[in-house]
Amino acid sequence: MSGLVLALPVAVPLLAAGVLVACPGGRRAQRLITSAVSAGILVLSAVLLAGSLDGTVRGLSMGGWPPGFAIVFAADALSTLMLCVSAALVLASLAFAAGTGDDASPWFAPLAMILSAGVYGAFLTADLFNLFVFVEVMLVPSYALLTMSGGRARTAAGRIYLTFSLLASTLLLAGVGLVYGVTGTVNLGELAGAARQSTAAALAVGVVLLALAAKAAVVPLHGWLPRTYPEAPPAVTVLFSGLLTKVGVYGLLRVYAVVHEGTGLRWPVMAAALLTMVVGVLGAVGERGMRSILTFHMVSQIGYILLGLALFTRAGLTAAVFFLVQYVLVKAALLMCAGAVETAYGTDRTDSLARREPLIAAAFLVSALSLAGLPPLSGFVAKLGLVDAAATESDHLAVGVAVGVSFLTLVSMVKIWAGSFWGGEDPSREESLLRLMARATVRPALAVPALVLTVPSVVLGIAAQPLLTAAAEAAGGLLDASAYVRAVTR
Amino acid sequence: MTAAIAVGVLTAGGFFLLLRPGLVRVTFGFVLLGHAANVLLLAAGGPERREPPLIGDGDPAGMADPLPQAFVLTAIVITFGITVYLLGLARAEHLAGSGSRSGTGPEGPAESAEPPR
Repeated sequence: MSGLVLALPVAVPLLAAGVLVACPGGRRAQRLITSAVSAGILVLSAVLLAGSLDGTVRGLSMGGWPPGFAIVFAADALSTLMLCVSAALVLASLAFAAGTGDDASPWFAPLAMILSAGVYGAFLTADLFNLFVFVEVMLVPSYALLTMSGGRARTAAGRIYLTFSLLASTLLLAGVGLVYGVTGTVNLGELAGAARQSTAAALAVGVVLLALAAKAAVVPLHGWLPRTYPEAPPAVTVLFSGLLTKVGVYGLLRVYAVVHEGTGLRWPVMAAALLTMVVGVLGAVGERGMRSILTFHMVSQIGYILLGLALFTRAGLTAAVFFLVQYVLVKAALLMCAGAVETAYGTDRTDSLARREPLIAAAFLVSALSLAGLPPLSGFVAKLGLVDAAATESDHLAVGVAVGVSFLTLVSMVKIWAGSFWGGEDPSREESLLRLMARATVRPALAVPALVLTVPSVVLGIAAQPLLTAAAEAAGGLLDASAYVRAVTR
Repeated sequence: MTAAIAVGVLTAGGFFLLLRPGLVRVTFGFVLLGHAANVLLLAAGGPERREPPLIGDGDPAGMADPLPQAFVLTAIVITFGITVYLLGLARAEHLAGSGSRSGTGPEGPAESAEPPR
């Protein structure tokens, strides 16, 4: 198989988006095309992942230009793992959007395809400027998806989101310019270790890292996320949650590992990680809606991944990659539960749902316990790995914070469960209950995607070994980037 | 030095406009910030080399670095698209009746169209 297949995850969704715009067809045709494309990319990335598990890194220099001028793509274990989980998430969100009716607009399908192309490109590129371009390719459709359906709250949220994202993008572009000015290259392979050799390069890359941290909603650059995600249409929130901030996190992992070689910024990254965990989880305490609580937890979970990056040991990075992969699926399942309830009942602040909606309640319970990190679910394996790695480094503060934040996460999840799912009907909310009674229940089409996404959190909890092996391979690629560097400078 | 001053002034002006109420001002702020980033990118290629980068057309030592120019071209296209989208959003806000009043502008805080949650 030639390296050219690496271009497919970007090219095919973009072509599909073009076809969908040029010949609109019916909703059925749109769903067929988008799911076929996403399923194809899922299969392709699984094949690529299997091929990269032995440490081979596949590289591609577009158009035969020498590296440094060519658009360079590279697929190692981390890239293909992210590609795999993103394609799965896009597929699930498309199914969920079909259930909620968010794909009623003829623009939804093409925009989702362009967004996914940008995400896949960002995971595959090995060039800082192309990273900026793919981040933009991903963000431009996201602006439209957020505000597409109109409404005052959504336009206001769109404004905050747009302003903040644009500011971060401008910062990223300026950072890329500085890197080029200092080092004369934006190829990640040629930049390997640059930050250790020159302070000027470290500062320039620091600007890039700062911009990526803003995209990943790392505290104190997180304010935009909890204000905007809960306002988006339910299916769009699911799509965003699994893709947008994860590109920022992936960028942080990759750039910090290759350019800084994991040293030099240990304390700032550790401080950001711990702050992000604590601020995110405490922010959620003050929220009442299901989706607002869940989006604040997104901030807190980013902190866990950064903790692994700050430790920069094999165990820490393995746990961080494992955490990232399982968390994308768990969070999507939770947001689907909240979105399904909101679509069916018109609000996500309901009560006594467990009796009415056993399927949604079961999906929510399993995913919530996994998010909090209870055995035998996947969140437990991930958090145990991180806490163990921090303990090995005798970082007792990090151990304490990670465990404490898990407890608070559990409290938040119990709050949602007790408020929305458990117990009898609250007599003080008679009016809202009358409205609930009159409405239809959650249709199976809405519940099935959430249920399907809870399967991995159980399977990955009980049989964690295959994903742990892949995560360890990805962590090895981050610890020793020489194979990656060879593939992108050759 | 000229480039550094230009970037500084553009960034300062851009941030000033970003902090103003009204999406149209914010849009102009982003136009200025985009220019600042573009000047920075061009300066990254070495501002003293200005000959056209065409092979067989002058001294290679004096040729401008074409890569930052390609970067800037890409960045300009992106900024342009975003500017158009921002103006569209400003119009949508205006039509939705919030206009520039979603902050605490001169007209005071906007009345909430939705009941507080």
